[in-house]
Amino acid sequence: MLRFAATRLISLSLSLLAASVVIFAVIEVIPGDPASFMLGLNAEPDTVMALRDQLGLNGSILSRYLSWIGGMLSGDFGTSYTYRVPVSELILARIWISLPLAIYALLLSTLIAFPVGLIAAARRGKASDIGIMASTQLGIAVPNFWFAMLLVLVFAINLRWFSAGGFPGWDQGFWLGLKSLTLPAIALALPQASILARIMRSSLLDTLDQDYIRTARAKGLSRRQTITRHALRNAMIPVLTIIGMQFSFLLAGAIIIENVFFLPGLGRLIFQGITQRDLIVVESVVMLLVFAVISVTFLVDLAYAMADPRLRRRK
Amino acid sequence: MNLPRSLIIGGFLFAVFLLAAILSFVWTPYDVEVLNIAAKLRPPGATHWFGTDHFGRDIFSMIMVGARTSIAVAIVAVGIGIGLGVPLGLWAAANHRSWLDEVIMRGNDLVFAFPSLVIAILITAVFGPSAINAIIAIGIFNIPVFARISRGGALSIWTLDYILSARVVGKGTLRISAEHILPNIANLLIVQGTIQFSLGILAEAALSYVGLGAQPPTPSWGRMLADSQTMISFAPHLALFPGFAILLTVLGLNLMGDGLRDILDPKIRRLRQ
Repeated sequence: MLRFAATRLISLSLSLLAASVVIFAVIEVIPGDPASFMLGLNAEPDTVMALRDQLGLNGSILSRYLSWIGGMLSGDFGTSYTYRVPVSELILARIWISLPLAIYALLLSTLIAFPVGLIAAARRGKASDIGIMASTQLGIAVPNFWFAMLLVLVFAINLRWFSAGGFPGWDQGFWLGLKSLTLPAIALALPQASILARIMRSSLLDTLDQDYIRTARAKGLSRRQTITRHALRNAMIPVLTIIGMQFSFLLAGAIIIENVFFLPGLGRLIFQGITQRDLIVVESVVMLLVFAVISVTFLVDLAYAMADPRLRRRK
Repeated sequence: MNLPRSLIIGGFLFAVFLLAAILSFVWTPYDVEVLNIAAKLRPPGATHWFGTDHFGRDIFSMIMVGARTSIAVAIVAVGIGIGLGVPLGLWAAANHRSWLDEVIMRGNDLVFAFPSLVIAILITAVFGPSAINAIIAIGIFNIPVFARISRGGALSIWTLDYILSARVVGKGTLRISAEHILPNIANLLIVQGTIQFSLGILAEAALSYVGLGAQPPTPSWGRMLADSQTMISFAPHLALFPGFAILLTVLGLNLMGDGLRDILDPKIRRLRQ
């Protein structure tokens, strides 16, 4: 187990290293100089040079890369060109919207998908199964930002149950904060729940075809008991993989959905950074998202290996 | 042969939008680049079937031209994936367990690990928002998908006897890959291609929704949705039609993918019979 964890950890570090090089390289080719952008068209060249120096833009590419990475490892993400505050502060202020939103959506997606997938599998071929499969087809095809707009139209504009956007801040109370994340979370969760329900169904059906299920039935367990005691646990492995992968979709999806609901999260921060040529903000937030996604994948791998010894030996 | 119902329904849905896209090159009910403020925000009716937007442009015509943008972006992005991914996958399979295989597959893992939409946003932001950059951003993430699927398919074929005979006859790796492996994994590629196509349509819509796809005045579905957002309370038709266009196109492609898999995948075909 330890050896498995160690090799996975090495490949995690290599992925992160490669990711950082790619992100840094992409940002490096951005046209436009942030210093002259900030100072405006009439800036004197030596003022621009001085600002470049202050922002640390004058070193060689390698030294800038190393200082970026070194800084991030010690928690220093650099200083935003436009806000003039540490990027870590900007991220900290916004991560408390994006992260809870992604987790909220993941919970919703799982809570919807489990019973739905279970019902569809238990009633294979019946009307409820066909109905569920048809609606999940629709759920997968819906663009989540459009679904978000429809939710706003129905629940915020017409019914007035929720506000159409914005975030009051967690200091206004937990429930108020949660309420303003509810429509965005539903919009994010629905397509993912549709995918998950289909995986859940097919994984359960695969398991139900196994010999040990027939044995369980033969020794007198009811269909329900067979599913809950034997099939469900074994069907969970592919379902868990997808849940792990969905976290990455949800984080990325949150970036788009934040735009629909005017939520001041990481997504808004990235877009502001892009329009204002605030490169250090963009590269740090993107790196953080990649780090989160790669780490979650790593944790899911590890969780499997703990649950299923066969996977440990395969590598 | 009786075709699966999903293929017929999906094929029909997609054909409608494909025809609309092709037709838009020669004819649209109204010119999408001409503004007519006098006719702004008309609800759907006899003169404007889907109504007009805040500049008085005909929504139906814009949906037709938008279909062109969406389909073109997604097709080229799938083309990039197949054009680069399949040779890489075949190459890796032909050199199975060599360092080359290892490098190609680890590179693929790396691209997979990236949150694709975030990187697509980064790429379009760096190189400037345009349809071309959206294509590249979406296409890059198709490469590992096709590389992996063709490597997997090719590996199982490389072990078969007729490949051995081909070797005995003196055919090289390249010829075997092209003449024997590729035709045998074509089915897999067609099914995956449909799926990536539908994902490409969704990705293009998301990118143009945040302003990083095709630029005005070229209509695109995502852009139309973004424009409609502030007017949704008094002109919901602006948001409904482009949204349904995306939904139905993606649904059509997904159903087609399911149906094609039923026909082309020998394992499923046997189950059906």
